[in-house]
Amino acid sequence: MIEATFVTFLVGLLGATLRVATPLLFATIGELYTERSGVLNLGIEGIMFLGAFVGFAIAAKSAEAELAGYLWLGLGGAIVVGLIMGLLMAFFSVTLGVNQHVAGLGITLLSTGLALFGFRMIFGQSSVLPSIEPFAQLSIFGDLPILGPIFEQYLLTYVAFIVLLPLAWWLLYRTNYGLELRSVGENPEAADAAGVNVFRVRYITLALGAALMAIGGAFLSLAQLGAFSPGIIAGRGWVCIALVIFAKWDPIRAMWGALLFGGVFALQLRLQLLDLVDIPFEFFLALPYLVTIAALALAGRNVAYPGAYLKAYRRE
Amino acid sequence: MLRKTFILLLGTILLSLIAACGASPEPVTVVETVVVTEEVEKIVTVEVAVEATTEAESGPLVVFGAYATAIEEPWDGVIHAALNAAQESGQIEYTFSDDIGYSGDMERILREVAEETQPDVIFGDAFGNEEAVRRVAADYPDIAFVFGSGGGPAEPNFSVFDNWIHEPAYLSGMLAGGLTKSNVIGVVGGLPVPEVNRIVNAFIAGAASVNPDVDVKTTFINSWFDPAAAKEAALAQIDAGADVLFAERFGVIEAAAENGLYAFGNMSDQTELAPEYVVSGPVWNMNPTVEYIINQVGGGTYTAQDLKDFSMVAKGGATLADINTAVEGGIPDDLLEQVQAKQQEIVSGLFRVDIDEAQPPTSSAAE
Repeated sequence: MIEATFVTFLVGLLGATLRVATPLLFATIGELYTERSGVLNLGIEGIMFLGAFVGFAIAAKSAEAELAGYLWLGLGGAIVVGLIMGLLMAFFSVTLGVNQHVAGLGITLLSTGLALFGFRMIFGQSSVLPSIEPFAQLSIFGDLPILGPIFEQYLLTYVAFIVLLPLAWWLLYRTNYGLELRSVGENPEAADAAGVNVFRVRYITLALGAALMAIGGAFLSLAQLGAFSPGIIAGRGWVCIALVIFAKWDPIRAMWGALLFGGVFALQLRLQLLDLVDIPFEFFLALPYLVTIAALALAGRNVAYPGAYLKAYRRE
Repeated sequence: MLRKTFILLLGTILLSLIAACGASPEPVTVVETVVVTEEVEKIVTVEVAVEATTEAESGPLVVFGAYATAIEEPWDGVIHAALNAAQESGQIEYTFSDDIGYSGDMERILREVAEETQPDVIFGDAFGNEEAVRRVAADYPDIAFVFGSGGGPAEPNFSVFDNWIHEPAYLSGMLAGGLTKSNVIGVVGGLPVPEVNRIVNAFIAGAASVNPDVDVKTTFINSWFDPAAAKEAALAQIDAGADVLFAERFGVIEAAAENGLYAFGNMSDQTELAPEYVVSGPVWNMNPTVEYIINQVGGGTYTAQDLKDFSMVAKGGATLADINTAVEGGIPDDLLEQVQAKQQEIVSGLFRVDIDEAQPPTSSAAE
């Protein structure tokens, strides 16, 4: 009996870890790429929020119109709005070369305001949150004894770990674009001299990165909840900023970071219920953040930031 | 040179853009305020015209709502809904500002409104802004301040209300206790403040009253708004054996529906969110409070007071959401009868639900 409970505990924990880590992985990879090109995008929190909103709004309206693929339309909408916000950030940080902290926080404030404003415009003020039928969970190995529930995940979770992650690694380290991206982030002058269009590479990277952040946000509204509400991102974007540093700008390490945070988050919810020791619940809730700080302190020492980090490139 | 001017210009545009959209739903507020001013001017002229006759017939009362959180948050949403209803029936002219937060804006907004709009009544939630709100109220004794607060009323014009839905929470607990088969019930709450604690404790007491073997597990997410975290907390409770969930916050009903389990909403009727699984839930109704205040202020008899009674079952301020007998598997008749009998006892004053504002235990069975 005890063993059965323990297995349920572990299986539930692993399943939840992957689920919680999914939006973080999307957004962290997006931020990682952005930073590798030399730009810090603090718009991440707002872009995730806007992605969650636009994805939900389009999906809800499409569902009303009885379009079959309404969730995919929503996801597509989130990607488009992510691309737009990425281009806006690129305009400020690459073309105008303004302070990246200010521009990024501005994007977060702008996106948050736009999303809340749009939410009230479209959905009014109802006492029940508007909701849609979200993405279903796939049970690819559902027949598997005991471990089956771990694999009951959303398609986007599979995409994040099986498609996005290897693709991100391959693109960064094995393609011409990846080489250009890294050189632009390390030494834009040299890259420019070698014939790489620094501005173009940064524009493309920021747009792609922001699209990934928007997908991360849309995962919460379209898959995990099937609803949108204020506070849906709740600081997850800022966690991703820390995870990028923890990852030392490497996609595979980013995955471990996302899994670590997701794992501790899922674990603390379960530890609270075990009621083993009399510790205030606030301590458990703080655990994921404490672990992130500890991991940063240990793994984040001697980190080598991209050479051109925070520096706008000017052909002078 | 030209380039620098260009950059400067764009920088200015960006800054104004940020300022315009910065404080989240501010755009709505701005629009509303403009409308208020126009309407107030209209009302002022009307008042001047009829001043010679009677003071009572000066048209609908001007009411302002000042909310610390967004009105999508259920607590402020209930106040907002009641004031909206009063506006629709033509009793009041209502405008509001929400998502004011706890960092000093409340006092500024209240003073601006008191000076410029000069409403008859200001409704809102004090709590985190308790001192600021009371300071402003003392400076404008002619305006009725009616605020959600854990404190008492203050002469001459500061009245307090709060949600007292522990009675329907007890009834919800009875339903949950009767419906659980695993004898484990999960509760996901926002923050352990008195308003939440007394609901959860009453829910636990109700469950234990019909099912002595029940174990109610309570998790707090330390946030009013993080539905994804609330859902994960609920899923963790399901892993720990819970087969009925009480959604003090958004996000929990989704977890229940996904797993085919019964759920209870909170604050407003959440049945439509998952009609097959949402059984019922405590509902707070501010209409009686708003009606009473409109009558008092309109009749010129308003005084500072504690409006607690108007948010309780006896006066219709707290109700149990219509029990959804269409949930999967249905609800046993004897359980329904038991709950309805208890409800009658509460209404007639024969049964009093204890108000326990201590933080509920993680597991009620361990107590």
